[in-house]
Amino acid sequence: MLDRVRLAVPEGGVVAVVGPSGCGKSTLLRIVAGLLSLDGGTVRLLGDPVTGPDARVGLVFQEPRLLPWRSARENVAYPLELRGVPRAERLARADELLASVGLDGFGDARPAQLSGGMAQRVGLARALVLAPPVLLLDEPFGALDALTRDRLDAELLGLWERAGSTIVLVTHSIPEAVFLADRVVVLSPRPGRVVAEIPVALPRPRRWADLDGVESGRAAAAIRRALEESADPEAGE
Amino acid sequence: MRRDLLLTAGVGLLFLAVWQAIVLIGGYPPYILPSPFAVAGRLASAAGTGILFPHLLTTLVEIALGLALGVSTALLLGFLLARSRLADRLLSPYLVAAQATPILALAPVIVLWFGSGLLSKVLICALICFFPMVVATTVGLRSIDPRLVELARSLRATQRQLIRTIEVPAALPQILGGLKVAVTLSVVGAIVAEWAGGDRGLGVLINLARGSLFDIPLMFATLVVIAGLGVTLYLLVVLVERRLVGAPHQRS
Repeated sequence: MLDRVRLAVPEGGVVAVVGPSGCGKSTLLRIVAGLLSLDGGTVRLLGDPVTGPDARVGLVFQEPRLLPWRSARENVAYPLELRGVPRAERLARADELLASVGLDGFGDARPAQLSGGMAQRVGLARALVLAPPVLLLDEPFGALDALTRDRLDAELLGLWERAGSTIVLVTHSIPEAVFLADRVVVLSPRPGRVVAEIPVALPRPRRWADLDGVESGRAAAAIRRALEESADPEAGE
Repeated sequence: MRRDLLLTAGVGLLFLAVWQAIVLIGGYPPYILPSPFAVAGRLASAAGTGILFPHLLTTLVEIALGLALGVSTALLLGFLLARSRLADRLLSPYLVAAQATPILALAPVIVLWFGSGLLSKVLICALICFFPMVVATTVGLRSIDPRLVELARSLRATQRQLIRTIEVPAALPQILGGLKVAVTLSVVGAIVAEWAGGDRGLGVLINLARGSLFDIPLMFATLVVIAGLGVTLYLLVVLVERRLVGAPHQRS
């Protein structure tokens, strides 16, 4: 699936991983999250080798992955519940988190009553509820419409700027990668390898309107070129 | 909802009207087919004279204990079968064989072994509830979205937490579906068990009414009580389901 992937993510940075479908980007994220084990090699998280799921990691999946029988509030409170935080305390904390992702007043809603974007916000709130220093996102907003996705990306950046966590994001959207990341890692088709690391030197805080500049155009073009070259049969295995 | 209730009541009234019409047109004597009024009157008098309640109570106890035993063992075994392919492969054929053997044929054997007291009734009742509950539990646990399990794993849930927060709630709709079948079957089990040997219970009362008492309206009245018992138990499960899972249209 993956082959000789070398990747260092600085603390407090945002790294986006881009690659064609099936190149193993989600696998890479699952390995970092401790959900899959490696055949060889090591992954270190904040200095410690990864041996299993880590409480210092917040995970956002491709789909909201909410427990359908629970309210939005109880879904956000779920990680706290597993750690034995008292009910009143964890529900209050969940309400704070829901407010921070713009879902004030939706605590009692069931997942089935929420739109796709709202459900994914609940998923994001759940990932943030333990205030993790590392946030891993697996094509988090890929299933949403483009406008909702842009908004959620901007809100994610706002949350990141306040929390200062480290973010690793898997995406197949080049604009999303450029907008969010300090550095974009491009993977080749399976077996996935790092074919390019492209820095994005856009000033922060960023806004979508800033993305029309020269630097973002350069970064996007570089990502596209790396993807095309790695897809070329001559460059393949 | 109210309209549904009215319709349900309407169907019931229609049934009674057809029954009454058959009695009137056919001119059947009460010992062949008593009219609904005769049955209702006999039911009221049987309840009044106290002939009914001891039998009802006995059957209720048998059902309660039989259900408790059958359902709890079925939940445990269903859990084991859902977890272990090996257990599934080893035990499933025998479970199916046990289910395929008619309870009517098994009941006398159980009475032969365990006597005609409460124990054999509870066992027969438990046996008949057992299979639908095992199947419902196994299917429910197997159909859990593996992505939810992965979520719990990523949050470092313990095995117990996984069972309590993911597996049980996810399998609950199916388990309650199995319970609906089990409670109605438990009534059948109790009656069959009483027929196979016993001196009290609604099944015994039917035999008495048909035989030595030759009181056919009482036999019909007992049938009504038995049917009412099944319906009540079923509705209780529906009530629990509404509380725990929500009404069908609210489910995602």
